[in-house]
Amino acid sequence: MSAGDATRNRGLITFAIMAVALIAVGLGQSWSVSLSILQLCLISAVMALGVNIQWGYAGLFNVGIMGFAALGGIAGVLVSKSPVGEAWSVGGTGVFLALAVVIATVIVAIFAHRRLPRGPARIIGMTLIVGIGYFAARAFFDPAVDAIEGVDPAKTGYLGGLGLPIIFSWAVGGVFAAGAAFIVGRIALGLRSDYLAIATLGISEIVIAILKNEDWLTRGVKNVSGLDRPVPYEIDLQETGWFRNMIESLNSSSLQVLEPAARSDALQQFVIDGSSIFVKLCYVLLFAAVLLAVLWFSERALKSPWGRMMRAIRDNEVAASAMGKNVTRRHLQVFVLGSAVVGVAGAMLTTLDGQFTPGTYNPLRFTFLIWVMVIVGGSGNNYGAVLGGFLIWFLWIEAEPVGLWLMSTLTSGLAEDNALRLHLIEGAAHMRLFTMGLILLLVMRFSPRGLLPEVVRR
Amino acid sequence: MIDILNALALFSNFVVVPALAYGSQLALGALGITLVFGILRFANFAHGDLMAFGTMVVILVTWLFQSWGIGIAPLPTALLALPFGILGAIMIALVADRAVFRFYRKQKSKPIIFVIASVGVMFMLNGIVRFIIGPDDQAFADGARFLITFREFKELTGLGEGIAVRQTQALTVVVAILVVSALFWFLQRTRTGKSMRAYSDNEDLALLSGIDPDRVVLVTWIIAASLAAIAGTLYGLDKSFKPFTYFQLLLPMFAAAIVGGIGQPLGAIVGGFVIAFSEVTITYAYKKFLRYLLPDDMAPDTLVQLLSTDYKFAVSFIILVVVLLVRPTGIFRGKVI
Repeated sequence: MSAGDATRNRGLITFAIMAVALIAVGLGQSWSVSLSILQLCLISAVMALGVNIQWGYAGLFNVGIMGFAALGGIAGVLVSKSPVGEAWSVGGTGVFLALAVVIATVIVAIFAHRRLPRGPARIIGMTLIVGIGYFAARAFFDPAVDAIEGVDPAKTGYLGGLGLPIIFSWAVGGVFAAGAAFIVGRIALGLRSDYLAIATLGISEIVIAILKNEDWLTRGVKNVSGLDRPVPYEIDLQETGWFRNMIESLNSSSLQVLEPAARSDALQQFVIDGSSIFVKLCYVLLFAAVLLAVLWFSERALKSPWGRMMRAIRDNEVAASAMGKNVTRRHLQVFVLGSAVVGVAGAMLTTLDGQFTPGTYNPLRFTFLIWVMVIVGGSGNNYGAVLGGFLIWFLWIEAEPVGLWLMSTLTSGLAEDNALRLHLIEGAAHMRLFTMGLILLLVMRFSPRGLLPEVVRR
Repeated sequence: MIDILNALALFSNFVVVPALAYGSQLALGALGITLVFGILRFANFAHGDLMAFGTMVVILVTWLFQSWGIGIAPLPTALLALPFGILGAIMIALVADRAVFRFYRKQKSKPIIFVIASVGVMFMLNGIVRFIIGPDDQAFADGARFLITFREFKELTGLGEGIAVRQTQALTVVVAILVVSALFWFLQRTRTGKSMRAYSDNEDLALLSGIDPDRVVLVTWIIAASLAAIAGTLYGLDKSFKPFTYFQLLLPMFAAAIVGGIGQPLGAIVGGFVIAFSEVTITYAYKKFLRYLLPDDMAPDTLVQLLSTDYKFAVSFIILVVVLLVRPTGIFRGKVI
């Protein structure tokens, strides 16, 4: 049996265990909880795949995942919300003029940078151009923003979106993230590997700051809720004939034994429960489709000559560059691709939530947790990244009830209102950060290639 | 004339004094990062949480002292508790080195592996701190609030604007000067300090001349952790303590270290002040300042704020980017990157 077969068997076993765990949650807690975990497992797996493209294929350490996911998230708003006509009419022109000024400034600045001789003349000239451009843009921008934010601030106060189906935002989110990645990559790639880490950490904080503060675009911390859905609403399903019939026939045996009077109440309850599960299943199918598509492309790419070249660059940059490979360009390419996948996952997440809340993006949850997934799953192996996404998200969710149970059991000897006991129980939620760190370090130390190691082809 | 003085007083009160204090805190933090980078050769993502851990110990000991009635008024009790915080930070840093980093050092792993390991350590420290003290804000400053209040200054000088100096701000600057001078004396004059610089400069040569690498690493962690605890305590006294804020300090601290020239202690200090002053001057609203300087009919009606305060991370980042593009080695020619 070759190493590849061993890994494949291991993969099958671990995915089977994962499925059993989800089924156990379904039977033990409820199917609704189990499906909710599965939805986020799928999204996490897509994100982990994106990071694996960067880290596993090319060895790029990106700690700005949160920012790229949030850029995907805002795409959900900008694509699906209907445009706010009044806001456009009062401030649209101003915003576009400001944008035009910014673009003109950039063009003039680039031109001046080429033309002016090196030295003080260039520094003064550039400073003047950028300064004048900045204040000119602000002169158009500020009144426009005030006008836009003044339009019914309780409900809108922003420009709104395009009013298209939200499913398009998944692609748009990928494009947004790719654009940001291109800019960051141009600056930070080619420098030491730690610098990309610091630069991406910075860009993600800035993206969140912009999304929180540019109310005219995103409504900021006022959040955008009530996003459109790609799947039916529970309330509509409950009144749809075919759905009621389906639920009735599915539960016919348990309905038969009831009194005819109680039957319709029981059916109503089944329909309500069933509709929520049905909606979750729809999401699961959509997300699974995206995951499979990304996985298929990633696998194809990894096995292609391109993937071989990426691995060669990762393993020995000097040798690869001596063979005529443009290391920096390939790094940029793979960085943009991976970030785009993360952006798609970010848009999916916003779609699932049905709202965009910039305040909830936290680097521990959105950046470093994804890293734990990739490292634990097995960097360089796409199935490993998917497994890591499933496993770590499952643990992340289930660590809280387990931690709570553990703390209650440990402190059961203490009085109900003992200060230490209360503190320990309250703090149990934070232990999952500790657990994640511990898992990461243990895997790195004792199984550095992850649960499903990269298969080395010769 | 009086208008110019008023404008200067206003500027000092809202820009110079806060930026001096913030810059000292950043400088101390960046010094720790730069030392670890110079000797151990990786960017330590756990440094912010190491700061938080040391500060947490200080806060707990401060509360203990306060409950015993021990204090050194008018100075804050936290100063008395600081040695315990330093000890706590040193202990946890050494435990982390022993349990995590030493293994990869023996393996001669790539720097990026160290960075990822430091992310694991960061997670664990973050969990511990939140578990023990909670994720919320904690204020632990006591003692005299002001060295000189707004009103006292106005009465003293007869100006329309005052400069208020909080005691914690003055304390920050004084402590930072003392600590930095001690550190430089140590690095320049003592045998251990010299061996550290030699090791940072050229590892192989240092090893050949009989420098004990384990000892150098040990001393580095002790110094970096002490600096982290001091910087964290000063920041907490000046503003307030919140675990997540300390994590976010990573970016300005990294920026400070890189701008100054990573691996260069002097660069970290200069970088800290560059970042702090840029952050404060760019996010300050100049409306009132310009009112004093310009004739009445030219006075602005807008805030004249270049960037809103929420974008202070953007400032450190932009400076970082400009330095990376223009002079990747930083002001003081740090490690060639």
